[in-house]
Amino acid sequence: MRFMIIVRATPDTEAGVMPEEPLMAAMASYHEALAKAGVLLDVAGLQPSAKGWRVRYRAGRVSVVDGPFADTQSLVAGYTLIQVRSREEAMEWARRFPAPMGEQADAEIEVRQLYEVSDFAPGKQRRADTGHP
Amino acid sequence: MTQEATHRAIEAVWRIESAKVIAHVARLVRDVGLAEELAQDALVSALEHWPEAGLPNNPGAWLMAAAKNRALDRLRQDVLHARKHEELGHDLDALQAHVVPDFVDALAEASEDDIGDDLLRLVFTACHPLLSTDARVALTLRLIGGLTTDEIARAYLVPEKTIAQRIVRAKRTLTEARVPFEVPRAADLPARLGSVLEVIYLVFNEGYSATAGDDWMRPALCAEALRMGRIVAELMPDESEVLGLVALMEIQASRTSARVDDEGRPVLLMDQDRSRWDPLLIRRGLIALARAESLGGARGPYALQAALAACHARAREADATDWAQIVALYDALAQVAPSPVIELNRAVAVGMAFGPAAGLEIVDALGVEPSLANYHWLPSVRGDLLAKLGRLDEARVEFERAAEMTRNARERDLLMARARAVGNSP
Repeated sequence: MRFMIIVRATPDTEAGVMPEEPLMAAMASYHEALAKAGVLLDVAGLQPSAKGWRVRYRAGRVSVVDGPFADTQSLVAGYTLIQVRSREEAMEWARRFPAPMGEQADAEIEVRQLYEVSDFAPGKQRRADTGHP
Repeated sequence: MTQEATHRAIEAVWRIESAKVIAHVARLVRDVGLAEELAQDALVSALEHWPEAGLPNNPGAWLMAAAKNRALDRLRQDVLHARKHEELGHDLDALQAHVVPDFVDALAEASEDDIGDDLLRLVFTACHPLLSTDARVALTLRLIGGLTTDEIARAYLVPEKTIAQRIVRAKRTLTEARVPFEVPRAADLPARLGSVLEVIYLVFNEGYSATAGDDWMRPALCAEALRMGRIVAELMPDESEVLGLVALMEIQASRTSARVDDEGRPVLLMDQDRSRWDPLLIRRGLIALARAESLGGARGPYALQAALAACHARAREADATDWAQIVALYDALAQVAPSPVIELNRAVAVGMAFGPAAGLEIVDALGVEPSLANYHWLPSVRGDLLAKLGRLDEARVEFERAAEMTRNARERDLLMARARAVGNSP
């Protein structure tokens, strides 16, 4: 099963401020540990929303709204995609995630389980989120 | 946290850490079986302490330290024991070397790199050619995969006792033969690595052959094999065949949800709904393959098989398949790893690239191959080529023969359906 560890944006990430060296090193070593454990599928950091845009669908009309966006808390700054055998394993890896904005800074990460392609088989009941397929 | 939740959390920690802990302890005590026992003791101790005290901040380091202390105690006892019996010899010198203070300190400061080396030693030891294939598979799943005996038994549809005995015997064999805990020397490396990759691919294929209704541990073997393959690829980043195998497994795994239909019947590659292939796994597979090729490993057997899988992965529709390229790859594979099965697959590709008559020629040359006498894919392929040539009666006979030979009920249905289809054609 796959889980996405999502790092929320902060004013710093939105300003395009690159993390300090110790944090960079902590992130690198965390992801190296994931890779060495054979669980890392993908990882990426996202550029500030100022460089992005939204496509808005309203009553059948489509419009494009350029960033930046003010609702920082709902923005994503990066993600790490892992493949593990159980929910608890994902939890343990998430627990080890370095404080994403530096040791003393407030921040939040969120972990979500992915649907697998097989979850969308026609007529198939989606598996409940029990930790075992 | 409830007791139950804590236990599951400890289980997860164990799964992440156990191989590293066992590997590191094995380097101290030079015995994989004993190392696993000592690591298990550390786990038991965690199960006693953590539910009350809570999970430590660094549970991996906790387990490692607990297991290592047990190992060092054990070594000290051995020295005392040996002294008492005046069995002073070179064995004792070796044991004492483990307990002189500066040596112990040095051991305590094992870096991440050292732990990687230990893990690699563990992988090679579990896949030692001295052991039977079954024993290698069981031991690898247990020591590297961190699976319980029960999980392995369920995955292989055998009683738990069978697996338990297999693992005990394997450990005993390694101990009795005094198999050194090491990464093989350069001269032995290709063959020994071959054994490691074979074990991993066997596990993958066992999972890949699982059918609907099987215990969920069976298909989970694919994920286990992929995980172990990725681990070995991280440990040996310059070995192109490791990357070749990883690429092969990633691409094959990408088709998991397209290869059976809603009723659990197998769907042939050419008939699969390619929108259900997993693009992330394909991308990972193609990257691993490109890396294997850039290391000069394009003609390794696993890299070639991965390249074949990649040809299909790159074709957005079945009709867009580059059959000429596939024929070229099978030609290369037939040279480095000749086998009747590969020859048969080459015949299929030739049939697609250059017409059924050319394919049939190769199949007919294989007709006398004794190792294919009970291989249902031979008449199945022959039937397919004959049908394309319009020789429908002969095709029907071949499909029926293939249906009689397969032991897989779903495949039999598929073949009988094909026999009926050509029988009904005008």
